[in-house]
Amino acid sequence: MEMGWRWDFAYEILPQMLVATFNTIVAAGVGYVIALVVGLFFLLGQRTPSKIINIINREIVEFIRSTPLLIQLFFVYFVLPQFGITLSAWVCGMITIGLHFGTYLSEVYRGALEGVSKAQWEACRALNFSTIYTYRRIVLPQAFPIAIPGMGNYLVGIFKDTPLLSTIGVAELFHAATAVGGYHYRYLEPYTMVGVIFLILSIPAAMGIRKLEKKVNLAQGKIKN
Amino acid sequence: MGYIEFLSEHGATLLLGTVMTLKVLACSIILYVIISMIFGLMRLSKNPIIQGTATVYIEFFRGTSLLVQLFWVYYVLPFFGISLEAFTAGVVALGLNFGAYGAEIVRGGILAVPKGQWEAAFSLNFSPVKRMKNIIIPQIFPIILPPAANLTVELLKATALVALVTVVDLTFEARQINSITWLSVQCFGTALLIYYFISRFILVPFLRWLEVLASRKIGKGGI
Repeated sequence: MEMGWRWDFAYEILPQMLVATFNTIVAAGVGYVIALVVGLFFLLGQRTPSKIINIINREIVEFIRSTPLLIQLFFVYFVLPQFGITLSAWVCGMITIGLHFGTYLSEVYRGALEGVSKAQWEACRALNFSTIYTYRRIVLPQAFPIAIPGMGNYLVGIFKDTPLLSTIGVAELFHAATAVGGYHYRYLEPYTMVGVIFLILSIPAAMGIRKLEKKVNLAQGKIKN
Repeated sequence: MGYIEFLSEHGATLLLGTVMTLKVLACSIILYVIISMIFGLMRLSKNPIIQGTATVYIEFFRGTSLLVQLFWVYYVLPFFGISLEAFTAGVVALGLNFGAYGAEIVRGGILAVPKGQWEAAFSLNFSPVKRMKNIIIPQIFPIILPPAANLTVELLKATALVALVTVVDLTFEARQINSITWLSVQCFGTALLIYYFISRFILVPFLRWLEVLASRKIGKGGI
């Protein structure tokens, strides 16, 4: 077998890799949207006045956060069919990623809401604003910029965890690389290309998030750095 | 098959896997702490070459996926004549990846030490090495331990990935048992519970204890 990097082989597999990259981006995007929504539900569970729901919610969040995503994927993928629910690998993957990162996002939301000073709430109460109006016009606009860095980091985080989906057979980038590598028995180029593609996508994303953070802070009249 | 029966039959195997997981965890914690310290300090160097090296390293390992790095170390390095055992490859990949995140924590911790401490050390004519070793480094622990604790819990979860490069850890065993018996609820459920137990009742209390110890040492927090 020829050692060292082979450009012709890299060119040959490039189209396949790019198609799979598209799948990875879709997976990350869909997973992120689900996680954003799931995070809201966990946030609700945390903020309801019922103590019992609070405790249950916290335990669920703790459990999901302290166990590996990989095994959660296996769990959902292998266990649901035993209860007669057969979902495709894609759906299982999206559900699991959504749940897993939803717990993280709920913490981001909570931190952001707590970052709004208590005086703001009191002022709204004093002005006799309704709860909905308080949230919509006063609290959320102030909480959002606080949440942006965290939300952005988890978008990149989900993106970097999508390769795990390959273990249950979702045809994303890493899956494609493994398949191509196995077919030609050459792993150097496919895996290196996966790494490079990840770098190309995630570094600008991280920089974009930093820029957005600055922009929102400017719009709010708060300037950091 | 009842759960008790399942445990009596496969419990020992899962336990063996757990021991391997703990071994991977311990080794990669040691490696990542060393790497974080070195690269955290390098990141603050005034020498552009040293600082640039650290920045490239950190951006590279934070920008790509851990699984990709793991497979790269295990399957691609042999192309360059470096064949690592699965266990070593796993620990190296985990250490390098988490070292990059840890380096940023160390850098933040060093920068968070109040300026007066630097100036005092300077005015006492301490050499830069002595200043770091005796004044700055002892003070960074209470600052860096809380984020480092989070990172270490993430590391425990990440050790599950080494199963994919054939390290026979808890995840590997759970998968193996699943493929033989198809008792998915039992084997993956048990594995999840074991990870949860390690994290919640061993790792996290230990890290909290370290935090208390560190803040007591410099006279903060009287718990």
